[in-house]
Amino acid sequence: MTSVRFEKATRRYAGTPKAAVDDLDLDIGDGELLVLVGPSGSGKSTALRMLAGLEPLDGGAIYIGDRDVSAVRPRDRDIAMVFQNYALYPQLTVAENMGFALKQQGVPRDERITRVREAARVLDLEPYLARKPKHLSGGQRQRVAMGRAIVRRPAVYLMDEPLSNLDAKLRVQTRTEVVELQARLGVTTVYVTHDQVEAMTMGHRVAVLKDGVLQQCDAPGTLYHQPSNLFVAGFIGSPAMNLVDVGDDRPTRIGDTTVVFDAAGAAALEGAAAGDVIVGFRPEALRVGDGPLRARIRTVEDLGSEVFVHLALEHRGANLPLVSKMAAPFAGRAGDDVGLQIAGTTHVFTADGSRIVTATSSLAPR
Amino acid sequence: MNTVGERRWVNAVFGLLAWLVGLVFFFPVLWMVLNSFKGEQDANTSPKLFFHPTMDRYRDVTKTTRGLLSFREAFANSAFVVIVSTVIVLVLAIPAAYALAIRPIPKWRDVLFFFISTKFLPVVASILPLWILAKDLHLLNTRTVLVILYTGMNLPLAVWMLRSFFQEIPHELIEAAEIDGAGLRGQLTSIILPMAAPGIAATALLCVIFAWNEFFFAVQLNPAKGSTVPIWVTTNISTRGNFLAKLSAASVLASLPVVLAGWIAQKRMIRGLAMGAIK
Repeated sequence: MTSVRFEKATRRYAGTPKAAVDDLDLDIGDGELLVLVGPSGSGKSTALRMLAGLEPLDGGAIYIGDRDVSAVRPRDRDIAMVFQNYALYPQLTVAENMGFALKQQGVPRDERITRVREAARVLDLEPYLARKPKHLSGGQRQRVAMGRAIVRRPAVYLMDEPLSNLDAKLRVQTRTEVVELQARLGVTTVYVTHDQVEAMTMGHRVAVLKDGVLQQCDAPGTLYHQPSNLFVAGFIGSPAMNLVDVGDDRPTRIGDTTVVFDAAGAAALEGAAAGDVIVGFRPEALRVGDGPLRARIRTVEDLGSEVFVHLALEHRGANLPLVSKMAAPFAGRAGDDVGLQIAGTTHVFTADGSRIVTATSSLAPR
Repeated sequence: MNTVGERRWVNAVFGLLAWLVGLVFFFPVLWMVLNSFKGEQDANTSPKLFFHPTMDRYRDVTKTTRGLLSFREAFANSAFVVIVSTVIVLVLAIPAAYALAIRPIPKWRDVLFFFISTKFLPVVASILPLWILAKDLHLLNTRTVLVILYTGMNLPLAVWMLRSFFQEIPHELIEAAEIDGAGLRGQLTSIILPMAAPGIAATALLCVIFAWNEFFFAVQLNPAKGSTVPIWVTTNISTRGNFLAKLSAASVLASLPVVLAGWIAQKRMIRGLAMGAIK
């Protein structure tokens, strides 16, 4: 049973005022695939490297199982890591690469060969065992890097953007393979990515980081439907959530319409301190067609199965861009004047980004 | 305007110029090689391209005369001094370069500057104290003194070169090895040294060349015993009679090892420099 726990883990780089990872508290369950996601500079890779032992801690502690590994050397942590550029040893063959860790551990030759073959079979690498990494394609190298990790049977897998060097199609395919492999092996895995689609599709839970601070750690669905703050709301989801600054008017207005909340939402908004608020709603909650809010279509992106409609409307004296996700086929064209309606969940945030309420709402003429 | 044609024309001119410069540089070497196969008479009279080649001059210069420095002895001295000093240089420079490139110690810039600053002083300025030291330590006319000096002379260069080669090794590889359970020795023997091998070879060969060619220290400190090949070459200069062909033969023999080493180093160097292309 191997869980991983970050306890107020902090990493500060010399000469920088802000910590790269700040008081990180995170519990990762046994066998869980946890994805750390965030924009560049959010500290996700640093957090992973701290877990690997490649970065020292400036505060707090990290536990693997019940053991405090904060001061333990990387090689004594019982972890395996897959690097973004794979970090394959160029002078060694695929088999030697995969067996390197076992050799260092003093595993007998016969067992080494058996375990490497076994991993190679799982990853379809058997025909390439005698090749050097430079004679492999990007996808094959990626699999060798995975193989090097699984041969070891470690307590925890660490993956640092392992798919980002693959082309889009291969990335999607490999994504599924990694998820399947992780489920089969049942080994606790921490996976770092900047790609929120990868995070949402792979993670049992997803931890969103920003500026070294954990924003929210939840199941993908919860992150999407119940974002705990403005950053998570804007970061998760593609196209991004529509965020409209509605000022301190009550009732809240978008353009020349009023946002009408359900009872719970209205009560929460009533109870919140006065001040500017931001209303957010997903593209699929914004319906184009009949509706009280008048807008103009800027562009239409037809993806075949769905259509992204980019809209512009007049809001508080400025041009406000919105995006709607509609089912195909969609009849509207750029330049058309259309009506908009919100049908679904709306999130309300304070100006500093914390969530006031998530409620059902619709638009009504003023 | 026909730019392609123009470019071709310019290329041709540059090519011709390069050949010309190359020939100018190569001519003295060619002249030396040709002279070494001539008789003294032919070598000292007006230049002749066609002559009866002879190996006699080589026989002359390699002949052992009692009491005089022989080619065999000088070659043995040179080989000993060069090999021993180069081995010591590598043994000391590899850990130093590791400390400077892979786990930079505090103030590594100052350390690097200190290394190279030892090369600033003119060699002549240091010869008197060196001579006195060598005399007091009873090292004059020993191979040991040259081993020490050549080690000191090549060490800064080797540290600088190896450091840049070690820096070429992607850091992730070392981290991967660390996670895979390799200790410092495992990292060095399995990852760093094999990957830096072309660079280490290039460094070693450069040290060999510099030590082999060194004349000033050798002639000042080891004129009587422990003399090296460059000193032996000068023993073929005589005050009476012609010696140009003989000197040419001696020079050819002295040059051969470094020309070979240089040729190998050049090939290795290119591989060493191309080492960065790993991904």
